[in-house]
Amino acid sequence: MSKSVAITGMGIISAIGNNVEENYLSLINGKKGISKISKIDTIHKDCIMVGEIAYTNADLEKSLDLPADHNYSRSSLLGAFAAKQAVENAGITNMAKYRSGLISASTVGGMDMTEKYFYDYIENPTNRKYIDGHHLGDGTQKIAKLLGIEESFVSTISTACSSAANAIIIGSRLIKSGKLDRVVVGGTDCLSKFTINGFKTLMILSDTYNTPFDDARKGLNLGEAAAYLVLESDEIVKAENRKVLAYVKGYGNTNDAFHQTASSENGDGATAAMEKTLRVANLAPKDVDYINAHGTATPNNDLSEGRAIIRVFGEEVPPFSSTKAYTGHTLAAAGGVEAIYAVLALQNNVIFPNLNFKNKMKEFSITPETSLIKKELNTVLSNSLGFGGNCTSVLFSKKP
Amino acid sequence: MKKVFINSIGAITSQKTFDNSEFLNEIVNYSTTNISVVNPNYKAYLDAGSARRMAKGIKMGVVASKVALEEAGLESVDAVITGSGMGCVIESERFVAKIIDNNEEFLTPTSFIQSTHNTVGGQIALGIQCKGYNFTYVHSSSSFETALLDAQLQLELDEATNILVGGVDELGPHMIKVHGLIDHIKQEQTIDNLNILSSKTVGAVFSEGASFIVLSNAKQESTYAELIDVAIYNTLGLTRVETKLYEFLKQNNYTVNDIDAVVLGNNGDVNFDEYFNKLSEGVFANTQQVVYKHLIGEYKTASAFGVWLGAKMLKTQQMPDCIKLNDKAPSALNTILIYNQYRGDNHTFVMLRKC
Amino acid sequence: MSELKEELKTKIIEQLNLEDVTVAEIADDEVLFGDGLGLDSIDALELIVMLDKDYGIKLTDPKDGKKIFESVNTMAAFIEANRA
Repeated sequence: MSKSVAITGMGIISAIGNNVEENYLSLINGKKGISKISKIDTIHKDCIMVGEIAYTNADLEKSLDLPADHNYSRSSLLGAFAAKQAVENAGITNMAKYRSGLISASTVGGMDMTEKYFYDYIENPTNRKYIDGHHLGDGTQKIAKLLGIEESFVSTISTACSSAANAIIIGSRLIKSGKLDRVVVGGTDCLSKFTINGFKTLMILSDTYNTPFDDARKGLNLGEAAAYLVLESDEIVKAENRKVLAYVKGYGNTNDAFHQTASSENGDGATAAMEKTLRVANLAPKDVDYINAHGTATPNNDLSEGRAIIRVFGEEVPPFSSTKAYTGHTLAAAGGVEAIYAVLALQNNVIFPNLNFKNKMKEFSITPETSLIKKELNTVLSNSLGFGGNCTSVLFSKKP
Repeated sequence: MKKVFINSIGAITSQKTFDNSEFLNEIVNYSTTNISVVNPNYKAYLDAGSARRMAKGIKMGVVASKVALEEAGLESVDAVITGSGMGCVIESERFVAKIIDNNEEFLTPTSFIQSTHNTVGGQIALGIQCKGYNFTYVHSSSSFETALLDAQLQLELDEATNILVGGVDELGPHMIKVHGLIDHIKQEQTIDNLNILSSKTVGAVFSEGASFIVLSNAKQESTYAELIDVAIYNTLGLTRVETKLYEFLKQNNYTVNDIDAVVLGNNGDVNFDEYFNKLSEGVFANTQQVVYKHLIGEYKTASAFGVWLGAKMLKTQQMPDCIKLNDKAPSALNTILIYNQYRGDNHTFVMLRKC
Repeated sequence: MSELKEELKTKIIEQLNLEDVTVAEIADDEVLFGDGLGLDSIDALELIVMLDKDYGIKLTDPKDGKKIFESVNTMAAFIEANRA
């Protein structure tokens, strides 16, 4: 049993950088990674903007030193790239020394290859190696192998846009219960025609830069990313004299139970998730120094989440911002990406600006932070809300 | 730490299993390498309004969970934890095909929203208005067991009282086609399912199903069994299965002799059944062995039915002939071990005890 | 116009998978969303695609659907006025 859950390593690749440092520099310099799509040939290319990662699959394959006959999907390539970084960042050289597991999140999995070779598989044997890479667990197995996690607890979570945040929750619970000493947690999703067209049918894709919490918001930009954190027990931290980046202090997972895709008008699920998180962390609303909101810039999410924040924090809503304007909505990876941003906020005592915000929403008076703010931070709350009513909050802190 | 009980079951499989008053009384034999479920009358459980936007996997999951809830005498639960190795593949395939066939034009959202992996868990929660914890694990053949382990952790620590745990997977036409191309599905034109375990050929018979249980830390009239423990391993070499089995038993203060029956996930794939054979010809050679995939086929959460069988045997103290791999006639059924893996990966042990 | 209305009713039933509803049961002025036929925001998106595909009318803002899809009457009137 471990009393606290320490974050000892982080790795990320997103539209604003190929590692933690690059992501941080983009965040503090207000540099967004949103552009026209270049790597996928879609008829929607002129009416959507995305958060695309610069590296091609070939770049990633090279970096990972994969054999020519590998069958990694792009999500798996991104995931392996970021997870390796996280493990290196933690300074882990012998994975097997402690009971180590991996919980990875994804919604796309091998869909990029499936949609590419859907009919081709039947006619032509060349690309059939990707068939078994379709299911979401396949990428996780690959990442585990690369990290040297064997004969252990490895799993995959898919709860839409809250997936990686849920990976952090179960990873934390496994450490607290003593089932594992170390868990690599996070998520990965690449862009695909499947998600582009899926979100297009819901008419929630913006044709320009997304504008979280703005009254004139038009919808989200999809993004791709992979982000992983290394969680370790008190015992490892002590034995290995680890530098702790931050702690997972609290978490809450609830279901809105309102609609297949939409969030309830008053954000019942999100409210309950934040309240649960504070209870687990044994903190009061006033103890939260910054909220990294889900803030996808869809009309529905931002209204529902904003109302939920007001319900939890009342008159004294802490500074909040959404970083989706930088990265786009990276779906299953979002909770991991934003967990890393929360830790960076704590480490550097900064609040990242909510880019592109101009107009206060008419339904309430709260507005996000629009410039970089230097402020002593002890706790950061991160929200991740998704289809199927899945609502998750995680609270990160400097102190255990 | 609190004890954890299986208080009810509900399963839709290729056999008639949704009626809990029966125990494999009549067996359906199949002659193809991809088999569907025996459908219950979904309309008896679902109103037309909510059923109209339910993919098959959602329907199976919702109905199996309703059967389990009803038997446990519950309207709702504290948490819903679902496992699904493939997600709702039928609607996923449909959406991909439409994207390609219509060149990304005139697409509608219904297939897309039904394709997400968490849609079954979400719809169950929506139906019973469960606003609590809701997770979906999607890790191949350990998806259901991960859900089980998650629930076990919460119940032992008394963070919840009743949790709905289940596994659901569906079979889509494209999935059948392409998995046939890579020999994951057996190549035989016709087949006698009841004899596939001795087929000596590669691949499995693909199928689908949904199996839900109510797990609780309060024992009641309807209780089937106590859940002792769950173990999950992403990889295990052939020579390591026994080692890990002994470790698992030892952790729970059991020995091989305490196991009255072992439920094995043999699916008749000559390349991968050796893992099961290792146990059935080795450490469990003198133990009663039970198999089930000749009855319900193979899918990523098929082992949820293995747990269903274990629970059912412990409660009824019966063992239908159709599931016996050998005949050791155990005098009583007190402890049952369920072991599964798929294609050599994602190995799971689940141990149940009679209440 | 009445032909178009019958056609719309058939399409609504088919497209939205309203298995237990017949054309005769949908009155021209029946409210389609909320209390009436019980349609929701996803159905509205389905109907927007139907307008595009079958009648060549594009809606870019889903909010516009609210007035148009009030009833079969309003839908038919909108299509008559806007179809190519």
